[in-house]
Amino acid sequence: MASAPADRKYSQTHEWFKVSGDVVTIGITRFAADELTDITFVDLPRPGTKLTAGKPFGEIESVKATSALYTAVGGEVIETNAALADQPELVNNSSFEEGWMIKVRADDLAPLDDLMDAAAYDAMLQRG
Amino acid sequence: MSQLRETNVKRTPLFNFHVEQGAKMVDFAGWEMPLLYTGIIEEHLHTRRAASLFDVSHMGRLELRGKDAEAVLQRVCTRQLADAQPGQSRYSHVCNERGGILDDVIVSRYEDHWLVVCNASNREKIVNWLLRHSAGRDVTLEDQTESTVMVALQGPGVIPALREKLPLPIGDLKRYRFLWGEYLGFSYSIFRSGYTGEDGVEVIVPAAVMPLVGGLLGTLLGGENGLKPAGLGARDTLRLEAAMPLYGHELNEDVDSITAGQAWCVDLNKDFIGAEPMRRLVASGLSRKLVGLELEGRRIARQRASVHSGGEAVGEVTSGTFSPTLGKSIALAFVRADLAEPGTGLEVDLGGRRSGATVVKLPFYKRSA
Repeated sequence: MASAPADRKYSQTHEWFKVSGDVVTIGITRFAADELTDITFVDLPRPGTKLTAGKPFGEIESVKATSALYTAVGGEVIETNAALADQPELVNNSSFEEGWMIKVRADDLAPLDDLMDAAAYDAMLQRG
Repeated sequence: MSQLRETNVKRTPLFNFHVEQGAKMVDFAGWEMPLLYTGIIEEHLHTRRAASLFDVSHMGRLELRGKDAEAVLQRVCTRQLADAQPGQSRYSHVCNERGGILDDVIVSRYEDHWLVVCNASNREKIVNWLLRHSAGRDVTLEDQTESTVMVALQGPGVIPALREKLPLPIGDLKRYRFLWGEYLGFSYSIFRSGYTGEDGVEVIVPAAVMPLVGGLLGTLLGGENGLKPAGLGARDTLRLEAAMPLYGHELNEDVDSITAGQAWCVDLNKDFIGAEPMRRLVASGLSRKLVGLELEGRRIARQRASVHSGGEAVGEVTSGTFSPTLGKSIALAFVRADLAEPGTGLEVDLGGRRSGATVVKLPFYKRSA
């Protein structure tokens, strides 16, 4: 399996967080997408929604299962990936790029310090 | 713990093939089986459009011989088997005394013996049930599950391809009929049946000749319209579109064959285990029925999701998926019998949120030819 991109942080629950200024883009990893199998629906919060760090921000459905999506940072949703409404399979096909889910203007970036970097995340997957 | 698991999980003779093809393997009813190779939806659509290969070797294959084999099967199976001809298969249920479904099986009649194909998850239960009802009778049961291989080739491209490759009159074989014999020295059975809603065959050969059969299958594999492997994920979405029941979902020991919408495989004029409660049920009328639901939106109703009408709980979902062929969220559910008419508006609870659903005619998908 291709390793995780080094330009972002990773949670135990397989979300990725990419920082640009105070805006954090959130998605799920290739591993998570593969585990879910074919994704059929992504339920995302509307722009303007306030998120709380450590809480679910949405749900993802696949042929196999429904799972919650968690955010490590709190803040306001400023954009959601509108393409996922008609093409949820982008999360499978391009987990780290076109399959991004939301952009959050973070209240505080500090919680990201507790997350894994790409090497640590890959190591976690290696351990199984 | 993990060691225990590894020694207990069985592998089919096609295990290496699955790994070579890049399958994502899962534990299914004690067998290490392919969930998918490239993607469930892709494999589903390829089956509808072309041809797919499914390893179904995990399913139980039980051979019954002896002069009482027919009588035992007649007693145990809901379906009339007495008039089955050699070369004919029949879908049937096996029920307990209460009419609860122990398993759904395909019973095939050979010249001098019978074959019962049962679900992997129910194999031990069905073996024991058959043995119990064979006690004191002239019947021998041989479990051939692990000495044979079973594959299903499904899709509109299967019969034309086999017609070209095999020196057998496959094209003339009617549905639920089978051919058997010897080919290059090994015994085979080819059934015109399947679990996808497509035309195709299911093939049983001895495990020992798998490399030979693998070579033949290899000549069919590949190409945009050629045979491709498909996993259990696609098998489930395909059978659901075709509204074929799955044990553990639509069928279980707490539901009878009539309520499960499978009265067509029940002959209440013959004496079989579970017949009496089913006769009473038919006389008194059903309290719940199995229906097809089409949901609004893309969310999937999972097994055990509750179904509502006017604020009242009226049923429960047994299977649900996002139909790749129809592009809609579909489900099978047991609902109160008076709400089973196509067109009836219902609601399904999806984890606290209600989604509108309409009762639709089954199957969700029917092949055109």
